[in-house]
Amino acid sequence: MVLLLALLFAMTARAQTPAPVAGDPFATAVAGLGADNFPDKAAAVTVLTELRHPNGRAVLAAMLDGKLYLRNADGRVFITDAGETALALTDPLTMQAAGTGIPDDFARITTNNSLRKTLRSAVAGFALADPDAAVRLGAVREMLRSSLDEDSAALLRGALEKESDEDVRQAVREGLALADLESPEPEKRLAAVRALEKSLNSDVYNRLTSMVTAAEDGSYPEADERVRIAAREVIGSIDSSRRVYGTLETLFFGLSLGSVLVLAAIGLAITFGVMGVINMAHGELIMLGAYTTYGVQLLMPQHIGLSVLVAIPLAFLVSGTVGVLIERGIVRFLYGRPLETLLATFGVSLILQQIVRDGVSPNNVPVETPQWMSGSWQINDALSITYNRIYVLLFMVLVFAILQIVLKKTSLGLKVRAVAQNRNMAKAMGVRTQWVDAMTFGLGSGIAGVAGVAFSQLTNVGPNLGQQYIIDSFMVVVFGGVGNLWGTLIGGMSLGVANKILEPWAGAVLAKIFVLVALILFIQRRPRGLFPQKGRAAES
Amino acid sequence: MTMKTFTRRLAIAGTALALTVAASAQAADTIKVGVLHSLSGTMAISETTLKDTVLMLIDEQNKKGGLLGKKLEAVVVDPASNWPLFAEKAEQLLVKDKVAVVFGCWTSVSRKSVLPVFEKNNGLLFYPVQYEGEESSKNVFYTGAAPNQQAIPAVDYLMKDIGVKRWVLAGTDYVYPRTTNKILEAYLQAKGVAPADIMINYTPFGHSDWQSIVADIKKFGSAGKKTAVVSTINGDANVPFYKELGNQKISAEDIPVVAFSVGEEELAGIDTKPLVGHLAAWNYFMSEKSPANSEWIKKWHAYTKNPKRTFNDPMEAHVIGFQMWVKAVEKVKSTDVNKVTDAMIGLEAPNLTGGVSKMLPNHHLTKPVLIGEVRADGQFDTVWKTTGLVPGDAWSDFLPGSKDIEADWVTLKCGNYNTKTKQCSGQNYK
Repeated sequence: MVLLLALLFAMTARAQTPAPVAGDPFATAVAGLGADNFPDKAAAVTVLTELRHPNGRAVLAAMLDGKLYLRNADGRVFITDAGETALALTDPLTMQAAGTGIPDDFARITTNNSLRKTLRSAVAGFALADPDAAVRLGAVREMLRSSLDEDSAALLRGALEKESDEDVRQAVREGLALADLESPEPEKRLAAVRALEKSLNSDVYNRLTSMVTAAEDGSYPEADERVRIAAREVIGSIDSSRRVYGTLETLFFGLSLGSVLVLAAIGLAITFGVMGVINMAHGELIMLGAYTTYGVQLLMPQHIGLSVLVAIPLAFLVSGTVGVLIERGIVRFLYGRPLETLLATFGVSLILQQIVRDGVSPNNVPVETPQWMSGSWQINDALSITYNRIYVLLFMVLVFAILQIVLKKTSLGLKVRAVAQNRNMAKAMGVRTQWVDAMTFGLGSGIAGVAGVAFSQLTNVGPNLGQQYIIDSFMVVVFGGVGNLWGTLIGGMSLGVANKILEPWAGAVLAKIFVLVALILFIQRRPRGLFPQKGRAAES
Repeated sequence: MTMKTFTRRLAIAGTALALTVAASAQAADTIKVGVLHSLSGTMAISETTLKDTVLMLIDEQNKKGGLLGKKLEAVVVDPASNWPLFAEKAEQLLVKDKVAVVFGCWTSVSRKSVLPVFEKNNGLLFYPVQYEGEESSKNVFYTGAAPNQQAIPAVDYLMKDIGVKRWVLAGTDYVYPRTTNKILEAYLQAKGVAPADIMINYTPFGHSDWQSIVADIKKFGSAGKKTAVVSTINGDANVPFYKELGNQKISAEDIPVVAFSVGEEELAGIDTKPLVGHLAAWNYFMSEKSPANSEWIKKWHAYTKNPKRTFNDPMEAHVIGFQMWVKAVEKVKSTDVNKVTDAMIGLEAPNLTGGVSKMLPNHHLTKPVLIGEVRADGQFDTVWKTTGLVPGDAWSDFLPGSKDIEADWVTLKCGNYNTKTKQCSGQNYK
């Protein structure tokens, strides 16, 4: 029955689409896309590019998207929208609907990396006439990824005459100049080198460097002396601007790592720094924040972009509540006994990990990154910054600012500081110190939860998430100076930057070790950290 | 003593005796199979499925009536991605539970940690994961790939078919990536690649801040020569690594990443769109079409009651290893380790991708090598495949120290035999 149906489908499909006209080069090339090896497919793509048939772009784009299928029965090529049970077919020759088919009768035409590169460049050639400047710029960039042949150069020259957008013009000029470097006339080459002066494109740099690198017999690939001098000048200027951007990049990487450290440590700076409680479960409070993000995404799978924002206050509440429970249930009985507090909170951390392991899953859970947080901001060819890191950096600054305001401007903050400075005096003034302790611990824990939301976008969310950060957090707080939020900020940032400066030449493993050793030496010299607390509070 | 109390005591003693007899009868009726895979920690992402695979295999075998007339019984322990704990748990399996065989380990450091335990107690371990070679123990069967069955063919493919001239060897900082990269470095240099065109980078387990390393790779790859990354990054550090590649817009068309530890299972947990076109080298892909493959995938889906669960290379290795062990036990009619290891050599079991794998005298298998590109749905499109099966080579021919070493448990009775000095150095090579 199924077979009969399939036959019926096949017959109706055939009836609707006229057989390819023999000798039509477009039809032959399209049929060639269904070849059984990659070189033949690539040849067919090249033919299609040259034909510039109005349907060419759609066919090539479909192939790039994996929407081109081959009918097993007669070897004909169709554009389809893959469905679960039926494929809606489109005939590439006429762009008319050609009925439907069942998936088992068709085979997807596969592509590989080099074929996809050719396809992208070919599709870009068609996109040069797009009304949107951004699409045109993308198309030009795409074409320049592979070296230009004469056809594409001619295509770009034509496009340059019609082009009005300055960015696109610049990109086209750069590409044409690169092509001109192959010109036999020295004048033309010289002009091309001059035109490339402002470019940071690495292709340009490599091409120019190869021009002035002497071969073994002392001759240069570039014969003309003047062109060589001009090329060397351009290389020098590119080198210096590359160095500047390279430094900026490292600095940003460092600040970004620093912002992660500060976020992890800032909650601890309150519980440990202000209250003096060694909370080993701090990492697990971060983990709870990350799992809150996961939970929110499960509840609102349609709004991933919004889920992260919703998760922030929720994570604060979840971790904050757990923090208050820890303080009321355990820590308050142990004030003034640091060793017992350490052991008790360590136990809590194990319990929290096991709850998550048994309750959710021992494996990592997938937390999706919203669209607005993925990708990177391409400032120029030498410098790009990823969005998720920018947001985390900004988020850290925001959290820090809010915390400062809470501590400096609100009545809770006033009481927290009063209790931290002199508990008995504060008590005598009518401050409910027990309540303040609980709230302070809750605040620090809540901030840890908020950090967890940020980390869910950077790293794996699993039961062990907190363990990764607990050591770093203590390190930052001790380095910055116990009891000083600004110390935590500056300490975290400088550790981050130091790590990233060391990483390129020492490797990720050694860089961490170096930073740790330097930190130990520093603490030996200044046991109270960067910004030690002064006055009577420091002595107690 | 009255008669009443006497009978009561007798009754109690009788029940107790009956219970002990029943318990020992129970114990004699089963053959215990140890499962030593991390169910938590950084390696859980990869190893949990392997535990389920062994349980499924045991279940299948029991449905067929067990082995030697006894049922198989799984003893599952969780070494929690903690290498010393692996040794403790192995000791527990061998000494306390007295298992007949153990299926387990993923990372080489865990295997190295349990190796002395297995040799001391004369246990039997089936190790299902691709590894760095340079080892052949009497007590271990290596059903995963040796470097010449995965790393070397992958590099050959990149060099010949893709034209790669510059190489980034990135790995997690432990024994498997370090040794594999050493072999690859020697191999590449022997093929005429300049040292300046090779960049080596190591990161700790669970590394999450990849921004500067990926930026370095990008810079290294923009020198005008075709560049590829050979990745021996293990465990969940892969997720942020590929995320960062996607964020920094490094596409597979410019700098392909060929991974030796990323399979269907690892891809199942992440958004694969930025990964399309990146490569993986394995001896098995779930997307390969063959009757044996679809049969096992069906069994797996039925066992896990989840039609979306993936099947991967180390799972196939367990399937092959388990079948061979069953055959060997049936052949010698005993689970005695010495008899079984002798009977294993030369046994054959079908690959799931076609062809028949054979256990070699060096305790390694013959395997096909496949290279695939990641598809948007998290599966692989095979783009290259060896024509026949490649025999596993325990000691690499590209490292100066191991060139002259041979492993042969049939004629030489040695896993580390130096053909120049004609000496067997036992297992403590180096």
